[in-house]
Amino acid sequence: MHETTFQIFINALLANNFVLAMFLGLCPFLGVSGKLDTAFPMGVATTFVMLVASLCAYGLNLLLTAFHLEFLRLISYIVIIASSVQLVEMVLKKYSPALFRALGIYLPLITTNCAVLGVALFQTAREYDFIQSMTFSFGGGAGFTLALVLMASVRERLQLSDVPGLAQGTALSLMLAGILSLSFMGFAGLGG
Amino acid sequence: MSADHPTANQANQAPVATPTLAMIRTLGLVSAICGLIIVGAYQGTYDAVAANKRIAMERAVFKVVPAAKSIEEYYALAGGSIAKAGAETPAGAAKFFAAYDDVGKLVGVAAEGGAKGYADTVRIMFGYEPACQCIKGIGVVSMRETPGIGDKIITDKEFQANFKELDARLNAEMAALANEIKTVKHGTKASNWQIDAISGATITSRAVGKAINDTAQALLPRLVPNLDKIGSKS
Amino acid sequence: MTTVATAKNWDEFMEGIWKQNPVFVMILGMCPTLAVTVSAVNALSMGVATAFVLVASCGLVSMMRNITPKEVRIAVYIVIIATFVTAVDYAIQAISLALYDALGAFIQLIVVNCIILGRAEAHAAKNPPLPAMINAAGMGVGFTIGLLALGVVREILGAGTLFGVSLFGAHFQPWVIMVLPPGGFFVLGSWLLLFSWHARRKQAREVPQNA
Repeated sequence: MHETTFQIFINALLANNFVLAMFLGLCPFLGVSGKLDTAFPMGVATTFVMLVASLCAYGLNLLLTAFHLEFLRLISYIVIIASSVQLVEMVLKKYSPALFRALGIYLPLITTNCAVLGVALFQTAREYDFIQSMTFSFGGGAGFTLALVLMASVRERLQLSDVPGLAQGTALSLMLAGILSLSFMGFAGLGG
Repeated sequence: MSADHPTANQANQAPVATPTLAMIRTLGLVSAICGLIIVGAYQGTYDAVAANKRIAMERAVFKVVPAAKSIEEYYALAGGSIAKAGAETPAGAAKFFAAYDDVGKLVGVAAEGGAKGYADTVRIMFGYEPACQCIKGIGVVSMRETPGIGDKIITDKEFQANFKELDARLNAEMAALANEIKTVKHGTKASNWQIDAISGATITSRAVGKAINDTAQALLPRLVPNLDKIGSKS
Repeated sequence: MTTVATAKNWDEFMEGIWKQNPVFVMILGMCPTLAVTVSAVNALSMGVATAFVLVASCGLVSMMRNITPKEVRIAVYIVIIATFVTAVDYAIQAISLALYDALGAFIQLIVVNCIILGRAEAHAAKNPPLPAMINAAGMGVGFTIGLLALGVVREILGAGTLFGVSLFGAHFQPWVIMVLPPGGFFVLGSWLLLFSWHARRKQAREVPQNA
């Protein structure tokens, strides 16, 4: 396909936002978006893992295709992702223990974040080259962070509002997400 | 690693670290079992999957070239020549399907194109008739557009009429299309190489135009000079 | 099996359907839940595929639980789950390419479905194969029910059909947003509201009895 790099970035960030349009990365989206202070670092960490995963997936795909081992694709992608997350964990623990503690259990959970595996799978399916893949994963990660931050900001405000007890909790977050998703639909066609 | 303690079964005694050998042994065993399962599944379903793909492809080609009775797969290679499709896909090659009637004469060529629509890629198969150098029909191979809006590209009769004779002539140098196939705003179609978009479904309509144009630009300059090579079924 | 064992197995099975329903109670596996439930058929197929992976993975994890050192257990679980997902991926392609296209990348994304890893870690690693697989089957059925609840509502409102059969005739103006991403969020949110209301009513009725 002949999308330009800019189009890929804008689409991944806004028009086809990973969370609000493609439904990837919902578990952390609903789980970590309670506070802005945890939401933003989580988004950045996930973006970083997505970049690493995209890079490795691109290389792995070249290797697997060369040896006609396409059926090992899924298993090798997920193993690479799990290893990347382990690596990021070790690096964070050493160089930023405060952040490591703040993210807590959510850091290893990036492994099961559909968005990370989703990036690898989508870039393979759309046959993006190296630059396109990197742009796609960066845009996707930025879009994920954007959605997370937006959600966290609104939820923090809502904690001080008079919400009916019935709706409190996940139901409210989902309705919020629905409205956010609706508004992001307005970006359709932005990427040309 | 404490090598003289009992191995993995006592892993719930916290201070005992598992010997590396036990870990390697387990990982090796798991990999072997899983490898067998994956390969078994792949081999077991290979024929059925290939058959499904072939049926889907044939259905699409027969739809866009109605007079077709049999199909041959070809590649238009980067250098400008044509080769029959084999097991390997040459780099930079454009795949197309040559459709023949029951006496083996070429009645049309079908090719697939894709472009990004509203939600995801829209894949279109179009039928090209060498005699009129035009595209005579399209079919949607796959799409995930909005039901009731984007999927009108299948049902909207006016939109389908765009493709009764869509101009796809090559320019004088035979290096590209004489006129770029483009989707224009609903109601502003002025020439035979333009596609009138569906009102309210511009993005999906544009994807169709782009898909056809991209593939035609890549394929036709290589195909047209070699038409005589595929004139009859070989 | 003795009647006690049978009863226990039945409890294991039912646990995943109501008390610990992955969609409505544990709020796990959200990504496929919202993405593929645009029609009842897709919802059902995804549910069955996930249930199969659940049962098979938990079975194998359980069989290997005594020789899996705890340091590598996550890696082992992931490899096992990915194996069965790959198998299901090919199986669906062999059955119906149209279905495969409709479900898209979410078949392969079953591998990161928190439900499966969670079950393997919490249950299958500590129990013999048969109870582990029964519990997994219950979870799978519960997940399928959750998916169907969403898929049926979204299809009826958003397309006017159920399992492809038109319900309201040609003049029905479908509520298209229901089959688009925002609709997924709204419908699931509504179901959760419904369950929340039901739970509160039950609680309100119990309080006078305890007083």
